[in-house]
Amino acid sequence: MKRPLFTLLLTAALAIGPAFAAEETDDQVNARKVALDLAGAFSNDGFKLRDGHWMGSFAPGKSSVIQVNLFAGNEYWFSLGATEKAKKVAVTVFDETGKPVAYEPYLDGASAAAGFSPAISGPYLVKVEVVEGAATSFCLLYSYK
Amino acid sequence: MPDDKRPAFRVTSAHMFRSRTLTGGLAMLCLSAFAVGQEASTQVAATAPLTAEEIAGAGKIDALSIPTPGELLTALNKLGKMDWSAKFRAPIATSDPSRTKMALNLGGLIADGYLAVEAEDAQQVKNLGKDILALGKSLGVSKEILDRGKSLTEFADSKQWDVLKEELEATQNEVKDAMEHNKDADLVTLVTLGGWLRGTEVLSSWIGEHYTEAGAKLLRQPGIVSFLGSKLEAMPEKTKSENSVKKVQARLKEIEAAVSFPTSAAPTQDAVKNLNKVISDLMKEFSRKESK
Repeated sequence: MKRPLFTLLLTAALAIGPAFAAEETDDQVNARKVALDLAGAFSNDGFKLRDGHWMGSFAPGKSSVIQVNLFAGNEYWFSLGATEKAKKVAVTVFDETGKPVAYEPYLDGASAAAGFSPAISGPYLVKVEVVEGAATSFCLLYSYK
Repeated sequence: MPDDKRPAFRVTSAHMFRSRTLTGGLAMLCLSAFAVGQEASTQVAATAPLTAEEIAGAGKIDALSIPTPGELLTALNKLGKMDWSAKFRAPIATSDPSRTKMALNLGGLIADGYLAVEAEDAQQVKNLGKDILALGKSLGVSKEILDRGKSLTEFADSKQWDVLKEELEATQNEVKDAMEHNKDADLVTLVTLGGWLRGTEVLSSWIGEHYTEAGAKLLRQPGIVSFLGSKLEAMPEKTKSENSVKKVQARLKEIEAAVSFPTSAAPTQDAVKNLNKVISDLMKEFSRKESK
């Protein structure tokens, strides 16, 4: 009986989450659900969802950046979820010096994803932003294969 | 399929970002923040680089900034056919007076679990599950991994290798959550460090034996070492005075130098072997039982 990881994560978040998730706001829970739903699509294509997430708040003109460490040869999808307060969100990828790198975009209202296959192993920077709409919570996940 | 909420394109493994069907989601590429990339029509890049302030303020978190051993082994798998079982190590001590050493070993054992899964060795997975549980008990987090231990055995018996990888990652995260909850945050860093060291030991061992420049470039991970190094530095003096922490701190600069080469270069075979020796010596040191 193979269980898709995103289903496992959703179940785990509901079943064992109270001790840790109790401090999460409704916005954060919703943002995480949006991100998990999106990431689930990539699981169907053989991508393994990393069991970890980055949660925060962003607003138009106030983006956030996180460092990730990637391996050449692997393929990655970064999935961003927000609440409907954000009408349009985006994820962009940069190398360790902050230079933009080419990636595959997916944009759909309060969710967005970036597909990236690094040619060089090392640190990369992932930026999340609200393109249109109001300030809200976000959740970023990533999948790899 | 109107009910299909998946992004409306297919991902292929060979040329992931080149051949696919463009549909509604990609029509939004006209956003002014993006410009069409050079390699393929479906690729884009941000129009402006990050500012120095954005780079300096970039978040770094254990849960996302440090790759799992599974990611590392996935990359290594692409270099050729591996004899994963050749990288198994002898059973290690599952109790020790030093909690910091046990935390380092717990991270290493979880990385060993990924290795056993790659080797598709059910018995080794079960053996490691027992050792992980024993170390967890000694560290006061056995409740959290008891159920996971059972499922590791169950999935190993039914040879559900992909699910086992998920279970191992979940085990590691639940152990870390429990440690945070028990106000043992320093141990979380050591579990992560132990896992990264063991993964890098396996990687450098294989590359040292089957050297290619492409393989050697996988070792480029400066961000990880500096992140973990700063976490070690921020630990209380009492923790930093523990033998295992002192030993790893003493070698971390050397390890950082070995994995911080420029993007255009690759370490030589000798450099890879030297890195492997430094890490292997540390891992042997940690896995040896000390008397009180």
